[in-house]
Amino acid sequence: MSSTQQALGFGRPMPVSQSRRPPWRFRVQGSDSTWAIAFVIPYVAVFAAFVIYPVVYGLWMGSDPVLYGVLFSDPLYLTTAINTLLFVAIGVNVKMFLAFLLSGYFMSRSWWIRSLLAIYLIPWALPALVVFTSIHFMLVTQWGLLDSLWRAVTGQDGPLFLTHEWIAMGANIVSYIWKWMPFWTLIFLAARMAIPQDIYEAAEIDGATGYRRMVYVTFPLLANVYLICTLLSTVWTLGDFPTVYFVSSGAPARLTDVLATYGFREAFDFGYPRQGVAAMLSALPILIPLVILLMRRVRASGVQL
Amino acid sequence: MSIALTSGQTSFRPRIRRRRLWSKAAGAILGVGLLIWTLLPVYNMLMMALDDNAEEFTGHIWPEFDLSGFRSVWTEDYWLLDHFWHRFANSIYLGLATMALTVLIGSLTSFSLGRMRLHRGWIVTDFALLTYVLPTAFLVIPFVHIMHKYGLSDSLWAVVAAMVTFATPYAILILHQYGKLIPMELDESAKIDGASPVQVYLRIYLPLMAPALVAVGVYALLLSWNEYIYQYLLLSSTDNTTVAVAINQFFDSDEAPWNYMMAIAIIYSLPPIAIYFALRRFMVAGLTFGGVKG
Repeated sequence: MSSTQQALGFGRPMPVSQSRRPPWRFRVQGSDSTWAIAFVIPYVAVFAAFVIYPVVYGLWMGSDPVLYGVLFSDPLYLTTAINTLLFVAIGVNVKMFLAFLLSGYFMSRSWWIRSLLAIYLIPWALPALVVFTSIHFMLVTQWGLLDSLWRAVTGQDGPLFLTHEWIAMGANIVSYIWKWMPFWTLIFLAARMAIPQDIYEAAEIDGATGYRRMVYVTFPLLANVYLICTLLSTVWTLGDFPTVYFVSSGAPARLTDVLATYGFREAFDFGYPRQGVAAMLSALPILIPLVILLMRRVRASGVQL
Repeated sequence: MSIALTSGQTSFRPRIRRRRLWSKAAGAILGVGLLIWTLLPVYNMLMMALDDNAEEFTGHIWPEFDLSGFRSVWTEDYWLLDHFWHRFANSIYLGLATMALTVLIGSLTSFSLGRMRLHRGWIVTDFALLTYVLPTAFLVIPFVHIMHKYGLSDSLWAVVAAMVTFATPYAILILHQYGKLIPMELDESAKIDGASPVQVYLRIYLPLMAPALVAVGVYALLLSWNEYIYQYLLLSSTDNTTVAVAINQFFDSDEAPWNYMMAIAIIYSLPPIAIYFALRRFMVAGLTFGGVKG
């Protein structure tokens, strides 16, 4: 751990005694310190104007308890909350696990798997708006691509994808996995590549091959990365907007809304911005512990995201 | 002894070879499956854009090759396509402004934190990490209200502000990490030679950080290009809207020539795809600097 890291407190080790170095060692003096502060001012200004102010303003907008009375008495809100939990729990975990497995597949050195990787990452580069709209039209009954494929294979009309609550929710989750699995595969791939080859060689001599190698060698080494990535992805996915907004757009009858789309509709379609803020703030009891846990783990392990 | 060994090996070899063949076949099947899985929605975009019948689809699997959708977009000869290229320019403007500001603010901050060892710099790093972690959609409602207060309603700069806010934390974290690879002695010797902090920043820090700056710039550009909700809520007049907003207008109108919409969507997807294939190395490196190594 370098002294720079120590001084910044970033990636500092947990023991307190080590992080408390004599302060004068790293302090910059005189005009240099003025310059250092001047260089940071633009970011601090952006942070104050566009993060702190909106957050405080949002908390103020959602501070009236009456809003939550209205919110919790709305049956649609309960559906939304359950949807959000399902969306996050299934979407994030399935995506992460598959990404972990696929990162092993993409470790291969053969040329065609490498070129496949380049194609496999396309969903990550494409705008969410575009791909989710495309998936929406694949699902639209009667003339969507999936329906046509269904008819070509079975000779019958396909199911009404977006008129059935659970199929629509499943479509949202699958689309979400489709869009974000490549990104996390890439992260795991990088983490796998950082594992020194001699560990595998030693494990092979000890008889750990095949699936044992994955369970007893790779996974324990990547466990920390896996946990941090899962936490980060969970926090992001709690506030995921475009997937549900474009794929099912809440259909049928807003039964597949998640928190972000519910709040968006309350605020901008029905004109109750405070109600919308309250809906999004209702995620805080889950969001805050997750963020604290995440920041602690990131600091403790010095993992850079 | 040696005979027993060799005979053992000969009976062993076909099994290994067969297993290897099996795993190769499984790998190939998985590869084909992944290819279909990845490209199916992309194929659907092409098929819709190349369809000649705008209003109703007959439900076919193979594409027709009718380029009238793209031609109409090129000449803007439909009311929903009006000013398309102006909007496209707006999207580019938005992306470039976000990129420039993110690189500038991010590099200044990381220089101050990492090279000048700002006292209590970790507070700033924690701010950045916190912002990076927050889901952006949760901030959108107060953000829109505040932009009205700042007098930035229906202004591209409001969106630039939002995008810079969400891109700089990543920039700071990545640049900070990458900066550790550059020896401090360079800065110190420059200082002894009489260079001011600004000179060190311009002449030593920026040139050496170039690969990381590219990664961060591309990240900011793609973030603003691929973002939707802030553009939709903060931009309203024809003059200021971007392509992302234009695509959504198809959903709000009564007539819906979906082949035009998909043609726009494909044209809109081309820049990020081109950037992705051209700068893949930088983007991937940017994601994995210092590694999520654990």
